Amino acid sequence: MKFEGEHLLPGQLGHFFIILGFIAALLSTISFFKASREKDLIQKNNWITFGRSVFFVQIASVIAIFSIIFFICSHHYYEYMYAYKHASKELEPKYLLACIWEGQEGSFLLWTIWHSVLGIFIMFRSKEWQAPVMTVISLAQFFLLMMILGIYVFDARIGNSPFTLTRNEIAGPIFNLPNYLSFIKDGMGLNVLLRNYWMVIHPPVLFLGFASTIIPFAYAYAGIQTKRYGEWVKPVLPWALFSAAVLGVGIMMGGKWAYESLSFGGYWAWDPVENASLVPWLLLIAGLHTMVIYNATGHSLRASYLFAILCFVFILYSTFLTRTGVLGDTSVHAFTEAGNVINIMIGIFVLAFTVPMLFLFFKNYKKIPAIFKEEETSSREFWMFIGSLVFFLSALFIIAITSIPVYNKIPFIKDLIIKIHGGPLAMPEDPEFLYNKIMVLVAFILGLLTAITQYFKYKSSPSSYVIKKIIAPTLTAILVTTLLIIFYPLNFHKHGPGFLVAIYAAFFATIYSVVANAMYIWIGLNGKLKSAGGAISHFGFMLMLVGILISSSNKEVISSSLVNGINMPPSIDPLTKKQDDPKENLTLLREVPTLMGNYEVTYLKDSSGKEKGRKFYELLFEKKDPITKKSLESFKVQPDVYMMKDNNMSSNPDTKSYLSKDVFTYISYALSDEKNIDTSKFKITELREGDTAFYSHGIVVLNRVVKNPVNKKYNFKPTDVALMADLTITSNDSMHYHAMPLLQVDDLGLANIDDTVYVQNLFVRFIGVSDDKKIKLGIKESDKPIDYVTVKSYIFPYINLVWSGLIIMAFGIIMSMIKRAGFSRLRAGVTLAFVAVALFYMFLLAN
Amino acid sequence: MKKTHIVILVGIAALIIGLLTYSVDFSTYDTIVSAKEKKGKFVHLIARLDNRQPIVYDAINNPNYLSFYAVDSLGATTKVVYHNSKPADLEKSERIVMKGKMQEDHFECKDILLKCPSKYKDDKKELEKNMKEQTAASN
Repeated sequence: MKFEGEHLLPGQLGHFFIILGFIAALLSTISFFKASREKDLIQKNNWITFGRSVFFVQIASVIAIFSIIFFICSHHYYEYMYAYKHASKELEPKYLLACIWEGQEGSFLLWTIWHSVLGIFIMFRSKEWQAPVMTVISLAQFFLLMMILGIYVFDARIGNSPFTLTRNEIAGPIFNLPNYLSFIKDGMGLNVLLRNYWMVIHPPVLFLGFASTIIPFAYAYAGIQTKRYGEWVKPVLPWALFSAAVLGVGIMMGGKWAYESLSFGGYWAWDPVENASLVPWLLLIAGLHTMVIYNATGHSLRASYLFAILCFVFILYSTFLTRTGVLGDTSVHAFTEAGNVINIMIGIFVLAFTVPMLFLFFKNYKKIPAIFKEEETSSREFWMFIGSLVFFLSALFIIAITSIPVYNKIPFIKDLIIKIHGGPLAMPEDPEFLYNKIMVLVAFILGLLTAITQYFKYKSSPSSYVIKKIIAPTLTAILVTTLLIIFYPLNFHKHGPGFLVAIYAAFFATIYSVVANAMYIWIGLNGKLKSAGGAISHFGFMLMLVGILISSSNKEVISSSLVNGINMPPSIDPLTKKQDDPKENLTLLREVPTLMGNYEVTYLKDSSGKEKGRKFYELLFEKKDPITKKSLESFKVQPDVYMMKDNNMSSNPDTKSYLSKDVFTYISYALSDEKNIDTSKFKITELREGDTAFYSHGIVVLNRVVKNPVNKKYNFKPTDVALMADLTITSNDSMHYHAMPLLQVDDLGLANIDDTVYVQNLFVRFIGVSDDKKIKLGIKESDKPIDYVTVKSYIFPYINLVWSGLIIMAFGIIMSMIKRAGFSRLRAGVTLAFVAVALFYMFLLAN
Repeated sequence: MKKTHIVILVGIAALIIGLLTYSVDFSTYDTIVSAKEKKGKFVHLIARLDNRQPIVYDAINNPNYLSFYAVDSLGATTKVVYHNSKPADLEKSERIVMKGKMQEDHFECKDILLKCPSKYKDDKKELEKNMKEQTAASN
């Protein structure tokens, strides 16, 4: 059959470029590998030249593939499955890129694009190491492109191509019609949960972080392959620093996203997906420090190898965790199961890098030089190494817990677990506490280590020297912490006094580190900012931890029944005899002020947004003086929900930000419009000014009729044609309300602007004017439940410490990178200015 | 301090982590029948909404009380009480992971994880259904 209106050329081109890129990646892997093993210089150069040219072919293919997908999605060619699944006509242009990386294929492609960019830098900046390093990068490209290959080998489809046709992918009667396309009016579009600034910006940054971790791994391979076991460390350090900054920022962008636009109630929940990207970062930081040690002293080379390798291995493992659906029942994230073949391919991808590399590492372990003289306890490298170990152990701990769903799927272990544990293993009742009780100790140790370590010298430092320098920061930190404990205590009693003590210990240690690192810039470096990258990043990291400790410990749920003592008395669990968790939702009736913590909160009105199905709820928060009733503080927030078909709802919080705290509110339940259709009718009465009408709960008085009113609600010009009825409503319980329905004539004709007294469930409409100065007033008493929303509201204190700490950390790491890479003054200045502006903009200004 | 000391320290640290983790009461995935056998123990249930039974949620009277019935793949049912707001896509979910404790007459749920077909764009059936609805509407 010939189908009408299809555009098949872009897809055919796309397929061609995928295959071309795939073959090019394979060829460049082989030729770079050949080059790296070739002794003969001319031969070697030939291989390199060939490898580079095919790598460029691969880059061109990847760019072409991406452009074609973009073209298909932006032109709404729904004959392509990818466009049908991810694009739609109502989608705002800024989400066009986001809808491309919403899909599995698009995100693999994003990854390959970053690898390509990094590959270009390696080929031009690192000629000496390019052959082995590019072997690894090309091999990764080969696997990533295989994921989108879409070629059948016997019955198995190798990879999912983004250029498959809708009619080939899904069944349906319309596909028997030649003009089927004319029935497909629109695509499914970007998931509304993801229509968000962060969806545009978070994936590219995170994937750049992911992609860049391949470089330390590739250099470690290069070190072994070239038998120049120690020389790779120096050139790779700037790369590792770059990776640490980008990956760190990418991860915390996810946190900021979760915090400000998803209703998870915080920025970090130890969700498996979050953990899966945190673990490689922790390993990278461990590796970074051992590399610095090696550069300065010759120690810790073997550890550097191990951490550089494991970092990328765990990036691959996180791909496995998040893309094969193995986490399905444990994470709030939605996962797609792309099919068994893809799962197996991802498994092979992970193993293809992990097994040979670890084999090479252990085979050559003895050949990797190591110093057998022990480090002095009074040396800087000793304490740095301990710090790296702590990072390493905490990474292992986190991934061990995160992998619980994996254990349940391994055949033999699965049976063992069921036998011992009595069922498949699942997370405990309070999974966050499981992580927190370990990680609070980690924070304590790291705080102390980062505080003191820089005051030690490499090799060995006389104790009098260290003590003399460290005494001032120590005393300052003790003073600051004591003051804070007195004036701003942490109130986290949920897990008993023992845990609170641990929190305080971490609190002290992190403050100690903040102070010590700030002062180190003067005491240790005499204010030489150029070398202060390390101190600044430690300062930022620890500031972030201080912020995390404060905002988590002193987070308040102000909509909680414990705070407000309404809704329901806290119930007692009949089995454990303990009080249940406080109930965290509060229902606000429209226009009825409700007490929430220190605030009086009123749901004022709702309004629809530009996008279909989006609804904003305007909530007024007022803090009043308890005696004088004067308003001390007042602000409005507008949390919103997307109402989707089938009553699906997605909720976006709104936050009032102060420098010292955020008041964070989201809608946890709202009436959908369909359910709330009002069937009652207006009852029409004719009234003159001063007349009275009745309704079931009281009276309505028409005070006067105003032409072109100018007041709080309306603002008409004298040339307009509008009449407003000024009404006073008095209910049987002697409450007075004011209503102002309006009748307007404009180009479109007559328009009624109704008014409502929600407390009385009363609607009034100015219907028209009759003779002898009477007006027609419609009065309706709704038979539907009154309008309301149910909200959850939190206060996060000092959350800005978290974001500013992160920004400072990333900035400090980039400073170190610039110093290690030996940038010229101009380039350093431009880079730093760009990084500072970008970070500040992305985190604190945009959105 | 010698390397061996470090090794010992690391060993101690690992031991502490091990002990702290071991003392944690890991939960299990259960069926409704097996959960009923261990009342009061924190378990994970995987089930789906029982459409034949009513969902009770009245946000005006109490926004923190939701009750519904769940049925698991073996056909057993239980009443579920969740002291929180009603997840918006409960009716649409095709699988519910519930964490909580079985009581005498109901499952006291502490946390709900919904698996909704709308989140799974790669689900073929869902795509076909969507295509059918959409094209039917425009006919």
